[in-house]
Amino acid sequence: MTSATRPARRRRPFPWHLVVFLGPAVALYSAFMVFPLLDSLRLSLFGPGGGGVGQFVGIDNYVRLLTDSNLAPRFWGALANNIEFFAIHMLVQNPIGLLLAVILSTRILRGRALYRTLIFTPTVLSVVIVGFVWKLILNPLWGVGEGALKAVGLGSFFAPWLGLQGPALIVVGLMSVWQYVGIPMLLFSAALLAIPDEIIEAARVDGAGAWRIFRGIQLPMIAPTIGVVAILTFVGNFNAFDLVYAVQGGLAGPEFSTDIMGTLFYRTFFGFQLQLGSPTLGATVAGMMFLIILFGVCLYLFVWQRRLVTYQA
Amino acid sequence: MSAVTGLRRVVTPSAVGKHAVLIGYTFVALFPIVLIVMNSFKARNAIFGAPLAPPTAATFSTIGYDTITKRGEFPTWLSNSVIVTGVVLVLVLVLGSMAAFALARYRFPGSRMLGLYLALGIMIPIRLGTVSILNLVVGLGLGNTLLALILVYTAAGLPLAVFVLSNFFREVPRELEDAARVDGAGHFRIFGMVVQLARPAIAVVAILTMIPVWNDLWWPLILAPGRSTATLTLGTQQFLGQFVSDFNAVLAALTIAMIPMLLLYVIFNRQFIRGLMGGALK
Repeated sequence: MTSATRPARRRRPFPWHLVVFLGPAVALYSAFMVFPLLDSLRLSLFGPGGGGVGQFVGIDNYVRLLTDSNLAPRFWGALANNIEFFAIHMLVQNPIGLLLAVILSTRILRGRALYRTLIFTPTVLSVVIVGFVWKLILNPLWGVGEGALKAVGLGSFFAPWLGLQGPALIVVGLMSVWQYVGIPMLLFSAALLAIPDEIIEAARVDGAGAWRIFRGIQLPMIAPTIGVVAILTFVGNFNAFDLVYAVQGGLAGPEFSTDIMGTLFYRTFFGFQLQLGSPTLGATVAGMMFLIILFGVCLYLFVWQRRLVTYQA
Repeated sequence: MSAVTGLRRVVTPSAVGKHAVLIGYTFVALFPIVLIVMNSFKARNAIFGAPLAPPTAATFSTIGYDTITKRGEFPTWLSNSVIVTGVVLVLVLVLGSMAAFALARYRFPGSRMLGLYLALGIMIPIRLGTVSILNLVVGLGLGNTLLALILVYTAAGLPLAVFVLSNFFREVPRELEDAARVDGAGHFRIFGMVVQLARPAIAVVAILTMIPVWNDLWWPLILAPGRSTATLTLGTQQFLGQFVSDFNAVLAALTIAMIPMLLLYVIFNRQFIRGLMGGALK
Protein backbone atom coordinates (compact mmCIF):
# COMPACT_ATOMS: atom_id res chain seq x y z
CA MET A 1 0.00 0.00 0.00
CA THR A 2 2.91 2.35 0.47
CA SER A 3 3.87 4.60 -2.32
CA ALA A 4 7.22 2.84 -2.63
CA THR A 5 5.59 -0.39 -3.73
CA ARG A 6 3.00 1.22 -6.02
CA PRO A 7 4.70 4.09 -7.79
CA ALA A 8 2.33 4.01 -10.78
CA ARG A 9 -0.62 5.62 -9.02
CA ARG A 10 -0.12 9.34 -8.64
CA ARG A 11 -2.10 11.21 -6.04
CA ARG A 12 -4.27 13.94 -7.48
CA PRO A 13 -2.92 17.34 -6.49
CA PHE A 14 -5.19 19.55 -4.44
CA PRO A 15 -7.34 21.53 -6.93
CA TRP A 16 -5.92 24.94 -6.06
CA HIS A 17 -7.15 26.37 -9.35
CA LEU A 18 -10.75 25.68 -8.32
CA VAL A 19 -10.21 27.59 -5.09
CA VAL A 20 -8.77 30.52 -7.00
CA PHE A 21 -11.56 30.50 -9.59
CA LEU A 22 -14.48 30.05 -7.22
CA GLY A 23 -13.21 31.33 -3.89
CA PRO A 24 -13.60 35.11 -4.24
CA ALA A 25 -17.07 34.99 -5.82
CA VAL A 26 -18.42 32.41 -3.38
CA ALA A 27 -16.92 34.23 -0.38
CA LEU A 28 -18.29 37.64 -1.34
CA TYR A 29 -21.71 36.24 -2.23
CA SER A 30 -21.88 34.24 0.99
CA ALA A 31 -20.76 37.08 3.23
CA PHE A 32 -22.81 39.91 1.76
CA MET A 33 -25.86 38.13 0.43
CA VAL A 34 -26.55 34.67 1.84
CA PHE A 35 -25.43 35.38 5.40
CA PRO A 36 -27.42 38.65 5.69
CA LEU A 37 -30.55 37.02 4.29
CA LEU A 38 -30.37 34.16 6.80
CA ASP A 39 -29.29 36.42 9.64
CA SER A 40 -32.17 38.78 8.90
CA LEU A 41 -34.61 35.85 9.13
CA ARG A 42 -33.00 34.93 12.46
CA LEU A 43 -33.35 38.49 13.77
CA SER A 44 -37.04 38.45 12.99
CA LEU A 45 -37.43 35.82 15.74
CA PHE A 46 -35.98 38.07 18.45
CA GLY A 47 -37.51 40.79 20.54
CA PRO A 48 -36.13 44.31 20.96
CA GLY A 49 -33.44 44.76 23.60
CA GLY A 50 -30.79 47.11 24.88
CA GLY A 51 -28.31 46.81 22.03
CA GLY A 52 -31.09 46.39 19.47
CA VAL A 53 -31.65 42.64 19.75
CA GLY A 54 -33.07 41.02 22.86
CA GLN A 55 -34.60 37.67 23.70
CA PHE A 56 -35.73 34.93 21.41
CA VAL A 57 -39.47 35.30 20.97
CA GLY A 58 -40.28 32.74 18.29
CA ILE A 59 -42.88 33.93 15.80
CA ASP A 60 -44.22 36.62 18.13
CA ASN A 61 -43.07 39.42 15.83
CA TYR A 62 -44.96 37.88 12.93
CA VAL A 63 -48.07 37.47 15.05
CA ARG A 64 -47.80 41.10 16.14
CA LEU A 65 -47.30 42.29 12.56
CA LEU A 66 -50.45 40.47 11.48
CA THR A 67 -52.68 41.24 14.46
CA ASP A 68 -51.41 44.20 16.55
CA SER A 69 -53.83 47.12 16.37
CA ASN A 70 -51.00 49.54 15.42
CA LEU A 71 -49.01 47.36 13.07
CA ALA A 72 -51.57 45.18 11.37
CA PRO A 73 -53.53 47.90 9.51
CA ARG A 74 -50.28 49.15 7.97
CA PHE A 75 -49.20 45.65 6.98
CA TRP A 76 -52.50 44.62 5.42
CA GLY A 77 -52.79 48.02 3.76
CA ALA A 78 -49.32 47.74 2.23
CA LEU A 79 -50.01 44.18 1.10
CA ALA A 80 -53.32 45.15 -0.52
CA ASN A 81 -51.68 48.14 -2.23
CA ASN A 82 -48.82 45.97 -3.40
CA ILE A 83 -51.25 43.46 -4.90
CA GLU A 84 -53.00 46.34 -6.70
CA PHE A 85 -49.61 47.66 -7.86
CA PHE A 86 -48.81 44.20 -9.27
CA ALA A 87 -52.25 43.94 -10.88
CA ILE A 88 -51.71 47.28 -12.67
CA HIS A 89 -48.47 45.93 -14.14
CA MET A 90 -50.05 42.65 -15.20
CA LEU A 91 -53.10 44.34 -16.74
CA VAL A 92 -51.41 47.33 -18.37
CA GLN A 93 -47.64 46.92 -18.69
CA ASN A 94 -47.45 43.33 -19.88
CA PRO A 95 -50.34 43.48 -22.42
CA ILE A 96 -48.91 46.70 -23.91
CA GLY A 97 -45.47 45.08 -24.02
CA LEU A 98 -46.97 42.05 -25.76
CA LEU A 99 -48.92 44.17 -28.24
CA LEU A 100 -45.81 46.16 -29.17
CA ALA A 101 -43.76 42.95 -29.46
CA VAL A 102 -46.35 41.32 -31.75
CA ILE A 103 -46.38 44.39 -34.01
CA LEU A 104 -42.59 44.51 -33.96
CA SER A 105 -42.38 40.83 -34.88
CA THR A 106 -43.79 41.57 -38.34
CA ARG A 107 -40.96 40.52 -40.64
CA ILE A 108 -41.39 43.29 -43.13
CA LEU A 109 -41.78 46.49 -41.21
CA ARG A 110 -39.57 49.49 -41.65
CA GLY A 111 -37.75 50.96 -38.68
CA ARG A 112 -38.27 48.01 -36.35
CA ALA A 113 -34.91 48.46 -34.63
CA LEU A 114 -35.45 52.20 -34.27
CA TYR A 115 -38.89 51.80 -32.66
CA ARG A 116 -37.54 49.18 -30.30
CA THR A 117 -34.64 51.42 -29.25
CA LEU A 118 -36.79 54.50 -28.72
CA ILE A 119 -39.54 52.72 -26.79
CA PHE A 120 -36.98 51.10 -24.49
CA THR A 121 -35.37 54.45 -23.56
CA PRO A 122 -37.25 55.12 -20.28
CA THR A 123 -36.20 51.73 -18.91
CA VAL A 124 -32.53 52.74 -18.65
CA LEU A 125 -33.34 55.77 -16.51
CA SER A 126 -33.42 55.81 -12.73
CA VAL A 127 -36.83 55.19 -11.13
CA VAL A 128 -36.22 58.24 -8.97
CA ILE A 129 -35.74 60.47 -11.99
CA VAL A 130 -38.76 58.99 -13.73
CA GLY A 131 -40.88 59.62 -10.65
CA PHE A 132 -39.87 63.27 -10.48
CA VAL A 133 -40.35 63.79 -14.20
CA TRP A 134 -43.94 62.59 -13.95
CA LYS A 135 -44.55 64.42 -10.72
CA LEU A 136 -43.56 67.61 -12.48
CA ILE A 137 -45.73 66.89 -15.48
CA LEU A 138 -48.74 66.17 -13.27
CA ASN A 139 -48.08 69.23 -11.12
CA PRO A 140 -51.11 71.53 -11.44
CA LEU A 141 -48.77 74.47 -10.89
CA TRP A 142 -46.97 73.78 -14.16
CA GLY A 143 -50.08 72.56 -15.92
CA VAL A 144 -48.48 70.52 -18.69
CA GLY A 145 -50.47 67.41 -17.89
CA GLU A 146 -53.69 69.35 -17.68
CA GLY A 147 -52.91 71.12 -20.95
CA ALA A 148 -52.21 67.82 -22.68
CA LEU A 149 -55.52 66.37 -21.51
CA LYS A 150 -57.36 69.51 -22.62
CA ALA A 151 -55.82 69.16 -26.05
CA VAL A 152 -57.50 65.78 -26.46
CA GLY A 153 -60.77 66.97 -24.93
CA LEU A 154 -60.32 65.38 -21.51
CA GLY A 155 -59.51 68.55 -19.61
CA SER A 156 -62.31 68.12 -17.08
CA PHE A 157 -60.91 64.70 -16.20
CA PHE A 158 -57.72 66.20 -14.76
CA ALA A 159 -57.23 66.37 -11.01
CA PRO A 160 -54.22 66.56 -8.68
CA TRP A 161 -54.20 62.77 -8.65
CA LEU A 162 -51.07 62.28 -6.58
CA GLY A 163 -52.78 64.03 -3.69
CA LEU A 164 -55.98 61.99 -3.87
CA GLN A 165 -56.29 58.74 -1.98
CA GLY A 166 -58.07 56.79 -4.68
CA PRO A 167 -56.10 57.61 -7.82
CA ALA A 168 -52.62 58.11 -6.29
CA LEU A 169 -51.64 54.43 -6.32
CA ILE A 170 -52.95 53.93 -9.85
CA VAL A 171 -51.01 56.95 -11.10
CA VAL A 172 -47.79 55.82 -9.39
CA GLY A 173 -48.34 52.34 -10.84
CA LEU A 174 -48.75 53.80 -14.33
CA MET A 175 -45.51 55.76 -13.97
CA SER A 176 -43.76 52.48 -13.26
CA VAL A 177 -45.55 50.87 -16.22
CA TRP A 178 -44.38 53.70 -18.47
CA GLN A 179 -40.81 53.13 -17.39
CA TYR A 180 -40.68 49.33 -17.58
CA VAL A 181 -42.85 48.47 -20.58
CA GLY A 182 -39.64 47.98 -22.57
CA ILE A 183 -38.68 44.86 -20.63
CA PRO A 184 -41.73 42.69 -21.46
CA MET A 185 -41.59 44.14 -24.97
CA LEU A 186 -38.03 42.85 -25.47
CA LEU A 187 -38.61 39.50 -23.75
CA PHE A 188 -41.76 38.86 -25.82
CA SER A 189 -39.98 40.05 -28.98
CA ALA A 190 -37.19 37.55 -28.43
CA ALA A 191 -39.71 34.73 -27.94
CA LEU A 192 -41.77 35.73 -30.99
CA LEU A 193 -38.72 35.95 -33.23
CA ALA A 194 -37.80 32.41 -32.20
CA ILE A 195 -41.00 31.04 -33.78
CA PRO A 196 -40.07 29.55 -37.17
CA ASP A 197 -41.31 31.63 -40.11
CA GLU A 198 -42.66 28.58 -41.91
CA ILE A 199 -45.34 27.93 -39.31
CA ILE A 200 -46.74 31.44 -39.55
CA GLU A 201 -46.45 31.50 -43.34
CA ALA A 202 -48.29 28.17 -43.56
CA ALA A 203 -51.11 29.48 -41.40
CA ARG A 204 -51.32 32.61 -43.50
CA VAL A 205 -51.51 30.57 -46.69
CA ASP A 206 -54.37 28.64 -45.09
CA GLY A 207 -56.17 31.95 -44.71
CA ALA A 208 -55.62 32.67 -41.01
CA GLY A 209 -55.81 36.33 -40.03
CA ALA A 210 -53.54 38.18 -37.64
CA TRP A 211 -55.76 37.45 -34.63
CA ARG A 212 -56.00 33.72 -35.36
CA ILE A 213 -52.26 33.49 -35.87
CA PHE A 214 -51.77 35.26 -32.54
CA ARG A 215 -54.26 33.08 -30.62
CA GLY A 216 -53.49 29.81 -32.32
CA ILE A 217 -49.71 29.97 -32.81
CA GLN A 218 -47.92 32.88 -31.21
CA LEU A 219 -49.59 32.93 -27.80
CA PRO A 220 -49.18 29.19 -27.06
CA MET A 221 -45.60 29.24 -28.30
CA ILE A 222 -44.53 32.10 -26.07
CA ALA A 223 -46.21 30.62 -22.97
CA PRO A 224 -42.86 30.02 -21.22
CA THR A 225 -41.98 33.71 -21.68
CA ILE A 226 -45.35 34.79 -20.29
CA GLY A 227 -44.41 32.91 -17.13
CA VAL A 228 -40.96 34.51 -16.99
CA VAL A 229 -42.40 37.99 -17.48
CA ALA A 230 -45.04 37.37 -14.80
CA ILE A 231 -42.54 36.18 -12.20
CA LEU A 232 -40.07 38.98 -12.98
CA THR A 233 -42.90 41.50 -12.60
CA PHE A 234 -43.98 39.86 -9.34
CA VAL A 235 -40.54 39.88 -7.74
CA GLY A 236 -39.83 43.40 -8.99
CA ASN A 237 -43.15 44.77 -7.72
CA PHE A 238 -43.00 43.19 -4.28
CA ASN A 239 -39.48 44.55 -3.88
CA ALA A 240 -40.27 48.05 -5.20
CA PHE A 241 -39.53 51.10 -3.08
CA ASP A 242 -37.66 53.85 -4.95
CA LEU A 243 -40.56 55.18 -6.99
CA VAL A 244 -43.01 55.59 -4.11
CA TYR A 245 -40.29 57.06 -1.88
CA ALA A 246 -39.30 59.58 -4.56
CA VAL A 247 -42.81 60.63 -5.56
CA GLN A 248 -44.81 60.36 -2.32
CA GLY A 249 -42.10 60.29 0.35
CA GLY A 250 -41.47 57.76 3.10
CA LEU A 251 -45.00 58.07 4.46
CA ALA A 252 -46.37 56.94 1.08
CA GLY A 253 -49.25 59.39 1.28
CA PRO A 254 -51.89 60.53 1.10
CA GLU A 255 -52.92 58.55 4.19
CA PHE A 256 -50.68 55.58 3.28
CA SER A 257 -52.65 55.05 0.09
CA THR A 258 -49.46 54.38 -1.91
CA ASP A 259 -47.74 52.40 0.85
CA ILE A 260 -46.28 49.13 -0.46
CA MET A 261 -44.14 46.46 1.20
CA GLY A 262 -40.87 48.24 0.38
CA THR A 263 -41.89 51.55 1.97
CA LEU A 264 -43.40 49.74 4.97
CA PHE A 265 -40.10 47.88 5.41
CA TYR A 266 -38.13 51.12 5.25
CA ARG A 267 -40.31 52.91 7.82
CA THR A 268 -40.45 49.93 10.17
CA PHE A 269 -36.68 49.50 10.12
CA PHE A 270 -35.56 53.13 10.19
CA GLY A 271 -38.52 54.87 11.67
CA PHE A 272 -40.03 57.94 10.12
CA GLN A 273 -40.88 61.22 11.79
CA LEU A 274 -42.68 60.23 15.02
CA GLN A 275 -42.42 56.50 14.52
CA LEU A 276 -39.36 54.80 16.04
CA GLY A 277 -37.42 52.31 13.97
CA SER A 278 -36.99 48.71 15.03
CA PRO A 279 -34.39 46.35 13.49
CA THR A 280 -36.20 43.22 14.63
CA LEU A 281 -39.60 44.33 13.37
CA GLY A 282 -37.91 45.53 10.18
CA ALA A 283 -36.46 42.06 9.78
CA THR A 284 -39.97 40.68 10.34
CA VAL A 285 -41.39 42.76 7.48
CA ALA A 286 -38.47 41.56 5.32
CA GLY A 287 -39.31 38.01 6.40
CA MET A 288 -42.89 38.47 5.23
CA MET A 289 -41.65 39.86 1.92
CA PHE A 290 -39.40 36.83 1.63
CA LEU A 291 -42.36 34.49 2.18
CA ILE A 292 -44.48 36.37 -0.37
CA ILE A 293 -41.74 36.27 -3.01
CA LEU A 294 -41.02 32.61 -2.23
CA PHE A 295 -44.72 31.87 -2.66
CA GLY A 296 -44.72 33.55 -6.08
CA VAL A 297 -41.56 31.78 -7.22
CA CYS A 298 -42.91 28.38 -6.07
CA LEU A 299 -46.20 29.02 -7.85
CA TYR A 300 -44.25 29.77 -11.00
CA LEU A 301 -41.92 26.77 -10.70
CA PHE A 302 -44.43 24.15 -9.61
CA VAL A 303 -47.64 25.26 -11.27
CA TRP A 304 -46.82 27.22 -14.41
CA GLN A 305 -43.70 25.31 -15.46
CA ARG A 306 -45.22 21.93 -14.65
CA ARG A 307 -48.28 22.72 -16.73
CA LEU A 308 -46.01 23.69 -19.61
CA VAL A 309 -44.18 20.40 -19.36
CA THR A 310 -47.36 18.35 -19.54
CA TYR A 311 -48.63 20.57 -22.33
CA GLN A 312 -45.52 19.95 -24.39
CA ALA A 313 -45.47 16.21 -23.71
CA MET B 1 -36.79 36.51 -50.92
CA SER B 2 -36.06 39.99 -52.19
CA ALA B 3 -38.87 39.64 -54.70
CA VAL B 4 -41.26 38.94 -51.88
CA THR B 5 -40.15 41.89 -49.81
CA GLY B 6 -40.24 44.08 -52.88
CA LEU B 7 -43.81 43.05 -53.47
CA ARG B 8 -44.90 43.68 -49.90
CA ARG B 9 -43.40 47.14 -49.71
CA VAL B 10 -46.69 48.34 -51.19
CA VAL B 11 -48.32 50.31 -48.39
CA THR B 12 -51.12 48.23 -46.92
CA PRO B 13 -53.73 49.48 -44.43
CA SER B 14 -52.35 47.03 -41.88
CA ALA B 15 -48.85 48.50 -42.17
CA VAL B 16 -50.26 51.99 -41.69
CA GLY B 17 -52.08 50.83 -38.57
CA LYS B 18 -48.94 49.23 -37.18
CA HIS B 19 -46.86 52.33 -37.74
CA ALA B 20 -49.58 54.46 -36.17
CA VAL B 21 -49.52 52.37 -32.98
CA LEU B 22 -45.72 52.33 -32.85
CA ILE B 23 -45.35 56.05 -33.50
CA GLY B 24 -48.03 56.74 -30.94
CA TYR B 25 -46.30 54.72 -28.27
CA THR B 26 -42.87 56.09 -29.15
CA PHE B 27 -44.33 59.53 -28.56
CA VAL B 28 -45.64 58.46 -25.15
CA ALA B 29 -42.22 57.04 -24.25
CA LEU B 30 -40.19 60.05 -25.32
CA PHE B 31 -42.45 63.04 -24.71
CA PRO B 32 -41.74 63.40 -20.95
CA ILE B 33 -37.97 63.13 -21.44
CA VAL B 34 -37.90 65.64 -24.28
CA LEU B 35 -40.18 67.99 -22.37
CA ILE B 36 -37.88 68.08 -19.34
CA VAL B 37 -34.65 68.48 -21.28
CA MET B 38 -36.16 71.18 -23.49
CA ASN B 39 -37.57 73.24 -20.65
CA SER B 40 -34.37 73.03 -18.62
CA PHE B 41 -32.85 75.48 -21.12
CA LYS B 42 -35.61 78.07 -20.81
CA ALA B 43 -36.27 81.06 -18.61
CA ARG B 44 -38.85 80.65 -15.86
CA ASN B 45 -41.67 82.58 -17.53
CA ALA B 46 -41.20 80.59 -20.75
CA ILE B 47 -41.33 77.31 -18.83
CA PHE B 48 -44.76 78.28 -17.54
CA GLY B 49 -45.95 80.41 -20.46
CA ALA B 50 -45.24 77.97 -23.30
CA PRO B 51 -44.03 74.64 -21.87
CA LEU B 52 -44.37 72.83 -25.20
CA ALA B 53 -42.27 75.30 -27.19
CA PRO B 54 -38.58 74.55 -27.70
CA PRO B 55 -36.18 77.20 -26.36
CA THR B 56 -35.65 80.14 -28.69
CA ALA B 57 -33.03 82.88 -28.60
CA ALA B 58 -35.46 84.99 -26.56
CA THR B 59 -36.36 82.30 -24.02
CA PHE B 60 -33.00 80.53 -23.72
CA SER B 61 -31.56 80.51 -20.24
CA THR B 62 -29.18 78.36 -18.21
CA ILE B 63 -30.14 79.82 -14.86
CA GLY B 64 -31.11 76.37 -13.55
CA TYR B 65 -27.67 75.02 -14.36
CA ASP B 66 -26.10 78.08 -12.69
CA THR B 67 -27.97 77.32 -9.46
CA ILE B 68 -26.66 73.77 -9.56
CA THR B 69 -23.09 74.75 -10.37
CA LYS B 70 -23.04 77.14 -7.43
CA ARG B 71 -23.85 74.27 -5.10
CA GLY B 72 -20.98 72.34 -6.61
CA GLU B 73 -22.06 68.89 -5.40
CA PHE B 74 -23.06 67.32 -8.68
CA PRO B 75 -19.47 66.58 -9.78
CA THR B 76 -18.86 64.70 -6.48
CA TRP B 77 -22.06 62.71 -6.85
CA LEU B 78 -21.27 61.94 -10.46
CA SER B 79 -17.77 60.72 -9.63
CA ASN B 80 -19.13 58.62 -6.73
CA SER B 81 -21.57 56.96 -9.11
CA VAL B 82 -18.85 56.39 -11.71
CA ILE B 83 -16.49 54.87 -9.12
CA VAL B 84 -19.10 52.58 -7.59
CA THR B 85 -20.54 51.41 -10.91
CA GLY B 86 -17.10 51.02 -12.49
CA VAL B 87 -15.57 48.97 -9.67
CA VAL B 88 -18.68 46.81 -9.33
CA LEU B 89 -18.64 46.16 -13.08
CA VAL B 90 -14.99 45.04 -13.01
CA LEU B 91 -15.46 42.86 -9.91
CA VAL B 92 -18.65 41.20 -11.18
CA LEU B 93 -17.14 40.51 -14.59
CA VAL B 94 -13.78 39.19 -13.31
CA LEU B 95 -14.99 37.20 -10.30
CA GLY B 96 -18.17 36.13 -12.08
CA SER B 97 -16.43 34.82 -15.19
CA MET B 98 -13.83 32.97 -13.08
CA ALA B 99 -16.53 31.24 -11.05
CA ALA B 100 -18.64 30.57 -14.14
CA PHE B 101 -15.63 29.06 -15.92
CA ALA B 102 -14.93 26.69 -13.05
CA LEU B 103 -18.57 25.62 -12.81
CA ALA B 104 -18.90 25.10 -16.56
CA ARG B 105 -15.57 23.45 -17.34
CA TYR B 106 -14.48 21.38 -14.36
CA ARG B 107 -16.17 18.39 -12.82
CA PHE B 108 -15.76 18.19 -9.11
CA PRO B 109 -17.88 16.86 -6.27
CA GLY B 110 -20.58 19.36 -5.35
CA SER B 111 -20.26 21.45 -8.51
CA ARG B 112 -24.00 21.22 -9.23
CA MET B 113 -24.90 22.12 -5.69
CA LEU B 114 -22.54 25.08 -5.81
CA GLY B 115 -24.12 26.22 -9.07
CA LEU B 116 -27.57 26.03 -7.50
CA TYR B 117 -26.34 27.82 -4.39
CA LEU B 118 -25.08 30.71 -6.50
CA ALA B 119 -28.23 30.75 -8.65
CA LEU B 120 -30.49 31.18 -5.60
CA GLY B 121 -29.53 34.83 -5.48
CA ILE B 122 -31.09 35.55 -8.88
CA MET B 123 -34.65 35.43 -7.58
CA ILE B 124 -34.19 36.62 -3.99
CA PRO B 125 -33.77 40.40 -3.74
CA ILE B 126 -30.77 41.36 -1.60
CA ARG B 127 -32.84 44.17 -0.05
CA LEU B 128 -34.50 41.60 2.19
CA GLY B 129 -31.21 41.26 4.06
CA THR B 130 -30.93 45.00 4.70
CA VAL B 131 -31.12 44.86 8.50
CA SER B 132 -28.19 42.45 8.73
CA ILE B 133 -26.21 44.11 5.96
CA LEU B 134 -26.35 47.40 7.82
CA ASN B 135 -25.17 45.64 11.01
CA LEU B 136 -22.38 43.98 9.05
CA VAL B 137 -21.27 47.17 7.33
CA VAL B 138 -21.28 49.15 10.57
CA GLY B 139 -19.46 46.30 12.33
CA LEU B 140 -16.72 46.38 9.71
CA GLY B 141 -16.42 50.14 10.11
CA LEU B 142 -17.60 50.71 6.54
CA GLY B 143 -20.59 52.92 7.29
CA ASN B 144 -20.85 55.84 4.87
CA THR B 145 -18.20 54.52 2.51
CA LEU B 146 -18.35 53.72 -1.17
CA LEU B 147 -16.67 50.40 -0.41
CA ALA B 148 -19.79 49.23 1.43
CA LEU B 149 -21.87 49.94 -1.67
CA ILE B 150 -19.34 48.19 -3.88
CA LEU B 151 -19.33 45.02 -1.76
CA VAL B 152 -23.12 44.80 -1.59
CA TYR B 153 -23.68 45.47 -5.30
CA THR B 154 -21.00 42.97 -6.27
CA ALA B 155 -22.51 40.26 -4.09
CA ALA B 156 -25.94 41.02 -5.56
CA GLY B 157 -24.67 41.08 -9.16
CA LEU B 158 -22.68 37.84 -9.07
CA PRO B 159 -25.53 35.28 -9.21
CA LEU B 160 -26.92 36.45 -12.56
CA ALA B 161 -23.42 36.95 -13.98
CA VAL B 162 -22.36 33.42 -13.05
CA PHE B 163 -25.61 32.00 -14.42
CA VAL B 164 -25.43 33.73 -17.81
CA LEU B 165 -21.68 33.23 -18.26
CA SER B 166 -21.60 29.57 -17.22
CA ASN B 167 -24.40 28.83 -19.69
CA PHE B 168 -22.29 30.50 -22.34
CA PHE B 169 -19.05 28.74 -21.37
CA ARG B 170 -20.77 25.36 -21.56
CA GLU B 171 -21.43 25.96 -25.25
CA VAL B 172 -17.82 26.73 -26.14
CA PRO B 173 -16.47 23.59 -27.88
CA ARG B 174 -14.08 21.60 -25.71
CA GLU B 175 -11.76 20.67 -28.59
CA LEU B 176 -10.18 24.10 -28.38
CA GLU B 177 -9.41 23.70 -24.73
CA ASP B 178 -8.06 20.19 -25.20
CA ALA B 179 -5.74 21.33 -27.96
CA ALA B 180 -4.41 24.12 -25.79
CA ARG B 181 -3.92 21.71 -22.88
CA VAL B 182 -1.90 19.37 -25.11
CA ASP B 183 0.23 22.36 -26.01
CA GLY B 184 0.94 22.81 -22.33
CA ALA B 185 -1.38 25.73 -21.49
CA GLY B 186 -2.34 25.95 -17.80
CA HIS B 187 -5.73 26.53 -16.24
CA PHE B 188 -5.43 30.29 -16.33
CA ARG B 189 -4.21 30.52 -19.92
CA ILE B 190 -7.18 28.44 -21.01
CA PHE B 191 -9.51 30.59 -18.95
CA GLY B 192 -8.13 33.63 -20.75
CA MET B 193 -8.78 32.02 -24.12
CA VAL B 194 -12.36 31.04 -23.34
CA VAL B 195 -13.14 34.48 -21.92
CA GLN B 196 -11.99 36.03 -25.19
CA LEU B 197 -14.73 34.05 -26.93
CA ALA B 198 -17.35 35.14 -24.42
CA ARG B 199 -17.33 38.81 -25.33
CA PRO B 200 -21.01 38.97 -26.39
CA ALA B 201 -22.11 37.30 -23.15
CA ILE B 202 -19.85 39.62 -21.15
CA ALA B 203 -21.50 42.63 -22.79
CA VAL B 204 -24.90 41.27 -21.70
CA VAL B 205 -23.73 40.80 -18.13
CA ALA B 206 -22.10 44.24 -18.08
CA ILE B 207 -25.35 45.92 -19.05
CA LEU B 208 -27.54 43.86 -16.72
CA THR B 209 -25.12 44.70 -13.89
CA MET B 210 -24.68 48.36 -14.62
CA ILE B 211 -28.26 49.65 -14.98
CA PRO B 212 -29.56 48.69 -11.52
CA VAL B 213 -26.37 49.80 -9.76
CA TRP B 214 -26.30 53.21 -11.38
CA ASN B 215 -30.01 53.83 -10.82
CA ASP B 216 -30.36 52.45 -7.29
CA LEU B 217 -31.65 54.60 -4.44
CA TRP B 218 -32.06 52.03 -1.64
CA TRP B 219 -28.44 51.18 -0.77
CA PRO B 220 -27.00 54.71 -0.97
CA LEU B 221 -29.90 55.87 1.21
CA ILE B 222 -29.18 53.20 3.82
CA LEU B 223 -25.44 52.56 3.69
CA ALA B 224 -23.92 55.82 2.48
CA PRO B 225 -26.30 58.76 2.89
CA GLY B 226 -23.52 61.25 3.73
CA ARG B 227 -23.06 64.35 1.60
CA SER B 228 -19.64 63.26 0.35
CA THR B 229 -20.61 59.67 -0.43
CA ALA B 230 -24.00 60.27 -2.08
CA THR B 231 -24.39 58.83 -5.56
CA LEU B 232 -25.94 60.80 -8.39
CA THR B 233 -29.34 59.15 -7.89
CA LEU B 234 -29.43 59.83 -4.13
CA GLY B 235 -27.93 63.30 -4.45
CA THR B 236 -30.44 64.29 -7.11
CA GLN B 237 -33.28 62.92 -5.03
CA GLN B 238 -32.25 65.03 -2.04
CA PHE B 239 -31.58 68.08 -4.19
CA LEU B 240 -35.02 67.81 -5.79
CA GLY B 241 -36.63 67.57 -2.37
CA GLN B 242 -35.04 70.85 -1.31
CA PHE B 243 -35.61 72.81 -4.49
CA VAL B 244 -39.20 71.76 -5.22
CA SER B 245 -40.34 75.25 -6.11
CA ASP B 246 -37.30 76.31 -8.16
CA PHE B 247 -38.44 74.91 -11.50
CA ASN B 248 -35.30 75.94 -13.34
CA ALA B 249 -33.06 74.11 -10.90
CA VAL B 250 -35.31 71.05 -10.76
CA LEU B 251 -35.45 70.72 -14.55
CA ALA B 252 -31.69 71.19 -14.84
CA ALA B 253 -31.02 68.62 -12.10
CA LEU B 254 -33.28 66.07 -13.78
CA THR B 255 -31.56 66.65 -17.11
CA ILE B 256 -28.10 66.26 -15.60
CA ALA B 257 -29.17 63.06 -13.85
CA MET B 258 -30.56 61.62 -17.08
CA ILE B 259 -27.67 62.51 -19.37
CA PRO B 260 -25.06 59.87 -18.41
CA MET B 261 -27.44 56.93 -18.92
CA LEU B 262 -29.00 58.42 -22.06
CA LEU B 263 -25.55 58.98 -23.51
CA LEU B 264 -24.46 55.41 -22.78
CA TYR B 265 -27.72 54.16 -24.21
CA VAL B 266 -27.33 56.17 -27.42
CA ILE B 267 -23.81 54.79 -27.89
CA PHE B 268 -24.49 51.18 -26.88
CA ASN B 269 -28.20 50.83 -27.71
CA ARG B 270 -27.56 47.82 -29.92
CA GLN B 271 -25.76 46.00 -27.10
CA PHE B 272 -28.49 46.96 -24.63
CA ILE B 273 -31.28 45.61 -26.83
CA ARG B 274 -29.43 42.58 -28.11
CA GLY B 275 -28.20 41.87 -24.61
CA LEU B 276 -31.65 41.76 -23.10
CA MET B 277 -33.17 39.87 -26.02
CA GLY B 278 -30.27 37.43 -26.20
CA GLY B 279 -30.39 36.94 -22.46
CA ALA B 280 -34.02 36.00 -22.87
CA LEU B 281 -33.29 33.43 -25.54
CA LYS B 282 -30.75 31.67 -23.37
